[in-house]
Amino acid sequence: MTEILSTLHEFFQYSFVRYAFIVGLLIALCASLLGVTLVLKRFSFIGDGLSHVAFGAMAAAAVTGLTNENLIVLPVTLISAILLLRTGQNTRIKGDAAVAMISVGALAIGYMLMNIFPTSANISADVCSTLFGSFSILALKPSDVRLCVVMSAIVIGTFIFFYNKIFAVTFDESFAKATGVKAELYNTLIAVITALIIVLAMNLVGSLLISALIIFPALSAMRLFRSFRSVIICSAVISVVCAGAGILLSILVSTPVGSTIVVADLAVFLVFSLISKAVRRSEK
Amino acid sequence: MNVQIACKNVALGYEGSIVAEKLSFEVAPGDHLYILGENGSGKSTLVKALLGLKPQLSGEILRGEGVAPGQIGYLPQQPLVQRDFPASVREIVLSGCLSKSGLRPFYNAAERERAAAAMERLGITELSKRCYRELSGGQQQRVLLARALCAAGKILLLDEPVTGLDPRAQADLYEMIGSLNRDGVTIIMVSHDVGAAMRHASHILHIGSRRQLFFGTAEDYAKSAVGRTFIASEEAENDD
Repeated sequence: MTEILSTLHEFFQYSFVRYAFIVGLLIALCASLLGVTLVLKRFSFIGDGLSHVAFGAMAAAAVTGLTNENLIVLPVTLISAILLLRTGQNTRIKGDAAVAMISVGALAIGYMLMNIFPTSANISADVCSTLFGSFSILALKPSDVRLCVVMSAIVIGTFIFFYNKIFAVTFDESFAKATGVKAELYNTLIAVITALIIVLAMNLVGSLLISALIIFPALSAMRLFRSFRSVIICSAVISVVCAGAGILLSILVSTPVGSTIVVADLAVFLVFSLISKAVRRSEK
Repeated sequence: MNVQIACKNVALGYEGSIVAEKLSFEVAPGDHLYILGENGSGKSTLVKALLGLKPQLSGEILRGEGVAPGQIGYLPQQPLVQRDFPASVREIVLSGCLSKSGLRPFYNAAERERAAAAMERLGITELSKRCYRELSGGQQQRVLLARALCAAGKILLLDEPVTGLDPRAQADLYEMIGSLNRDGVTIIMVSHDVGAAMRHASHILHIGSRRQLFFGTAEDYAKSAVGRTFIASEEAENDD
């Protein structure tokens, strides 16, 4: 045990480990906030869909030789998020089908672009790291950290400021509309925050695992807690703890960061499910 | 001040297709109006128009003080609340105050007071910390009614509120709505239960396919040809 602690202590001497830790925890916190809303709006897969769009956009950015790929990735993902979450009832292609279509479409285009215009010799490694998260989280520059802190602050601030509105629009949109709450506006807001979170989180766990970061903490918290606020708080705590544990573990036993975090989330979900079963049985 | 809502020769529908037309009726403070009609007769479109969510194709909807769009307490039909939504009764009732809080991110003391009073009024104070999804159907409707009261004190628009409840819970809810009405809250109730309408309504608006069949007091409705036929057909159905 002391050995592990001293290893950790040693690791934290390095600024890149500290950076990874800060960025990882912030991203996990942001991702967990909207999880409940997205699960309840039946948009669990929006994370997947959007991150594949972001993957396609990244490929396009690489091909066109843009140095700052966020210039393309962020706007493209934002627009897709708004289009997806706004589809609502009046479109011919329903929510889940639209997500599936956009996600695989963008994935295919991205992969094709990367193959036609290869930017490095090892394409499959490039693709793999974009899909499953790379170790780039361990190579963050101070400017990356600053960007992440600012974006997280925006996401968390917006969420707290509009918390009650987000609750009302998620719980009962028709009532919210009837009493003069601008439901459309808040749905768009939810879409924008979701897109921001996904662009942020792609660096941590990669595009295939983002849904896990958004969905697992919310689902775990919903096993045990019964009010909206306690579910939100609990899922934020779960998400931060799992991300912290995942990052530490991946450094100690050198596993991939993203999948380690997701496995930690999965473990918490299983434990919470068991507890909720036990609680329910004892109540009966 | 003697009319809250007045519809004059209103036509409703979507582009090119009229769902209901020639609707003319008035709602005065303290009225208990039942809107009766078969499925597909345009009741829900009328609800949207009264709430101000859908403009009428022609005609006029006049609104008195305190009944502008956004000021009507609304109880949606079969609320689209997911079975697994984690929310406490208090959180839901408080969300009725949202339209009043504007951009302010948190509820103030007056709004919390209002929510507490609404819960007290509907006898759900001791449920306030309970989870909505664990309540019975009748209790859930009371919660939504309390939320509607938070949104508006003067007028409630209820869209088929007793659907899916057992007879006992239906009777309780009718009693509760009746007592709100006696306290001076105007009630507009969409229903196809003509029996309940005859017991509780002060006025009745009956919409047939695409047009208005009757508007007037409940007494006149019971004497009218339309009313007699409809009541008789419902009774025959209940006898089966």
